[in-house]
Amino acid sequence: MPKIIVEIMPKQDLLDPPGKAVANALKRSGHNDIVNVRIGKRIELHFDRPITQADLDSAGRVAASFLSNDVIEDVVAITKED
Amino acid sequence: MKIGVITYPGTLDDRDAQRAIRLAGGTPVPLWHADSDIKKVDAVVLPGGFSYGDYLRCGAIAAQAPATQEVVRLAAQGLPVLGICNGFQILVESRLLPGGLIRNEHQHFICRDQRIRVENTSTAWTNLFEQDEEITIPLKNAEGGYIASAETLKMLEAENRVVFRYLDVNPNGSMNDIAGLTNERGNVVGLMPHPEHATEAGFGPDTDIATRSGVDGLKFFQSVLKALVNA
Repeated sequence: MPKIIVEIMPKQDLLDPPGKAVANALKRSGHNDIVNVRIGKRIELHFDRPITQADLDSAGRVAASFLSNDVIEDVVAITKED
Repeated sequence: MKIGVITYPGTLDDRDAQRAIRLAGGTPVPLWHADSDIKKVDAVVLPGGFSYGDYLRCGAIAAQAPATQEVVRLAAQGLPVLGICNGFQILVESRLLPGGLIRNEHQHFICRDQRIRVENTSTAWTNLFEQDEEITIPLKNAEGGYIASAETLKMLEAENRVVFRYLDVNPNGSMNDIAGLTNERGNVVGLMPHPEHATEAGFGPDTDIATRSGVDGLKFFQSVLKALVNA
């Protein structure tokens, strides 16, 4: 199924409490080489027809205005999968 | 005076907010998120809870609701709006207030009677408090860490828009100990702690005088009634 994939991460300079909790758990279980963990989101927008450039443009606007909040997050990638 | 209380899917504290309005002497009007008709109310409360299960981001989906969009439109004309907890998150997501709210620094859901200081008494919801009055109302959330850019924080402080600040402990890692904010005009106020849970003796926080006798939250609702009478 054709889809547009939007990837969102918490801003680099902000604390990511879930990432910090996972990093601490990994450290406790002996993964000492992993120095940091950050947790973001992957959102898939599915289509039942081929995806056009207009769809990608529209997804970009939705990603910036609704799927992410630019105060706390960055949209790091918008990709298409046929 | 009619004060609307919007119920979203997942709202929990709408009935408490309605009761608080009644105790303060106002008439609560239940409003439904999907209805853009907000029934000519004089003010609106966005209550606490977990609208849409906190999906996407806390308050993000509720911010798109027809009722919220109408509140955003009328807030620009001066409609008094109070957002409590999830309601504060909805105000931030709908851009009526700046900044964002993220998961508590220490990861825990927190539920306690919280002391806060009222630092701005010129808003529609705080005009009956004394400047720097210290009050105690319940706090219960997991996503209450207030964050904003350095320039936004500077602007909020310079314009006296931090209405409430945490005292004793910062319970969630909020920048500058911010517990609540107002907009430029002072009609929109949002805060994480719950004034509606401290409006009736027997059900509020403990005080020095008696168990569960704290009613510091009542003044929020009395303040807006006074603001509306004077308007």
